[in-house]
Amino acid sequence: MANDVILKVQNLDKSFGGLHAVDNVTFEVPQGLIKAVIGPNGAGKTTLFNIIAGTFAPDSGLVTLKNKKLTGLKPFQVAELGVFRTFQNLKLSSHMSVLDNVLLGRHVVGTAGFISGMLSLKKSRKEESDAREKVFEILEWLNITEIMKQEVGNLSFGKQRSVELARLLAADPEVLLLDEPAAGLNMHETDELAGLIVKIRDQGRTVLLVEHDMSLVMDISDEIVVLNFGQKIADGTAASVQNDREVIKIYLGGEDD
Amino acid sequence: MKLKKYYPIVLLAGVLVLIQLLTLITGTAYYLTQLTMAAYYVVVALGLSMVMGYAGQISLGQAGFFAIGGYTTAVLTTFDLTDKISRPFFAFLDKIGLLVHKVTLYGDSIVHLSPWISFILALVLAGVVAYSIGVPVLRLKGHYLGMATMGFGIIIYRIVLGTHIFGEADGISNVPAFPILPGITIGGDFSIRIINYYTAWFFVILAMVLLLNLINSRTGRALRSLHGGEDAADAMGVNTAQYKVKVFVIGAVFAAAAGVFITHYNGGIGPSESSVAKSVRYVAIVAVGGMANLWGVLIMGLFLNFLSLRGLFGVYDDAVFGIILVIIMMFFPDGLFQPASLNRIKRILRGK
Repeated sequence: MANDVILKVQNLDKSFGGLHAVDNVTFEVPQGLIKAVIGPNGAGKTTLFNIIAGTFAPDSGLVTLKNKKLTGLKPFQVAELGVFRTFQNLKLSSHMSVLDNVLLGRHVVGTAGFISGMLSLKKSRKEESDAREKVFEILEWLNITEIMKQEVGNLSFGKQRSVELARLLAADPEVLLLDEPAAGLNMHETDELAGLIVKIRDQGRTVLLVEHDMSLVMDISDEIVVLNFGQKIADGTAASVQNDREVIKIYLGGEDD
Repeated sequence: MKLKKYYPIVLLAGVLVLIQLLTLITGTAYYLTQLTMAAYYVVVALGLSMVMGYAGQISLGQAGFFAIGGYTTAVLTTFDLTDKISRPFFAFLDKIGLLVHKVTLYGDSIVHLSPWISFILALVLAGVVAYSIGVPVLRLKGHYLGMATMGFGIIIYRIVLGTHIFGEADGISNVPAFPILPGITIGGDFSIRIINYYTAWFFVILAMVLLLNLINSRTGRALRSLHGGEDAADAMGVNTAQYKVKVFVIGAVFAAAAGVFITHYNGGIGPSESSVAKSVRYVAIVAVGGMANLWGVLIMGLFLNFLSLRGLFGVYDDAVFGIILVIIMMFFPDGLFQPASLNRIKRILRGK
C-alpha cells in the first residue's frame, strides 16, 4: 500500500501545568486509510485530537494537511480545509431537528451569506435545495430518514451518534476525526458502526480514530498508533502493533524490570 | 409550493386590513396611532429575537440602538443649515436635492437635511457602533454579555441625557415628517394616520419576510446552531465570532430603523426611549413571544405594546414588563410560545 500521506503530525508537544499530555509525538496518516490512536486512559489521545482539530494550540510541533499547516488555525478554519471531527460526548444542536443538524454539516460547502439568505436569492435557494438532496441521501444511507423531523434532544444516545456522523458526512470530509465513536453503543450498534467506517474509507476518505473498543480497532484499522503517558510507543499495521512487546505490556501488564 | 411559506404573511396582512376597517366602523380610528407605534416597536423586538432567541446572544442594550437611530435623525433633520448653505459642501447637497427648505409655524424659513440622508446615516452609525462594541463584547457569554450590553445601554442613556444637542432631559422635538415616497409620508398628521398605519406594518411584514427567509437559509441555520452548540458549530466550519457580530449588527440596524421611523412619526424623541427599562421591555417581549419564535414575538409585541401605549398599565408600565420578564424566566425559560411551555400550561390548567 503506497498511499500518499495526507495528515502529518510532527513533534507535537502539549503540557497542562505539570502534566505532559502529549510528549513529542510524530506520526503520519496515509490517505484513504483508517488509522486508530489507542492507549490507556490519560494517554493523551483526546488532547491530540483537540490539537489536530484546532481546539488547543500545541506548545510546540506541527500538524499539516497535505503540506498545509493546521496548527495555529481555529477549529472552523481546520474544518474549511476538509478536516472534521466528532466529539466523545456528542456535540449537537439539541433544540434543532435532525435534518437541520445534518444540514449544518453542509455549511462549509455553501457560500451564501446573510444578504443572500434574507432576500432568498436564487443562489441561496439553489444551495439549499442541493444541500437537502445530499443530506437526504446521507440520512437514507444511515437509516435515519424517518426521524429527520424530530428534535435531536429527544433521541436515544445511539441515534444521536448517527446524527453526528451524518452531519460529518454531509460536510463531504476529506479527513474524519472520530473521537470514541463506539462509546455508549451496544454490540449490535458497534458492528454497524464498524461496517459504516469501512464504507466511509472505501469512498476514499481518511479516518483517524480514537477508540477504546479493541475488537473494533483491530477489525477495521489499517494502521494503529499507540500512546502511553503522552508518548508514542508503537506505530504500524494492526498485526505488528498487536505483537509489540511494549504494547502488550501496557495493555496486559508486564513484569517491571 | 414556494408560495406556501408566505401564506401566514398574507393572513397577517388580511388581519391588519380587518383591524383598520374595524376601527373605521366603530369610530375608534385613534387606536391606529398606538397600532402604528406598536408596529415599530415590534420591528425592534423581531431584530432582538434573532440575536437572543435564534443565536442565543442576550442583548440588554437594544434601546441604545433604537436611540442611536432616533436621535441621529432628530438632530440631523432639525439642525438649521440656513447660514451654512453658502458653503460648497452644503450648496452641493442643496443642488442634488438633499436639503429641505421650509417655513416653520412661526414664519421662519429654515433649511435642513433630507430625512432620507439622516435615515441612511442613522443605520450606518448604528451598524458601526454595533460592530465596534460587538467584536469585544460578544466574546462574553450568558449574564456577562447581558451586563456588558446593559452597560452600553446605560452609556447611551447618560449621553443623550447630558448632551446639549440631544436636548438633555427634554429630548428633541419639531422633527419633520419623513416623505419616503410620493404620497407616503411618515408623520403624525391626522390626515395621514391610515397611510402611516399601513406603512408601519409594511415594515413589520418586510422584517418578517427577511428574517423568515434568513432563519431557513444556510446562514440562519448556522446562527441557530450557536444557541447552545457553539463548539459543534465551530467544528462544522461556522465562524462563530463573525456570525455573532453579524447578527448583533442586524439587530442593531433593525432597532435603529424603527427608532428613525418612530421619531419622524412622533415628531420627536426623548431620553426615556434609550432607558434600560425600554431595553428590558424588548427582552420581555421576545421572552413572552417564545424567544426563537418570530410570530410569537410579533403577536405579543403588538399586544403588549398596544396595551402599554393605551396607558392600561398606568404608572406601573415599566414594572409590568419587569414582572412579565421575571415570571417568564422563572417558569418558562424557553419562552412562552414554545411547545414545551404550552404543554406545561395545559398541565397546570388541568390541575396536575
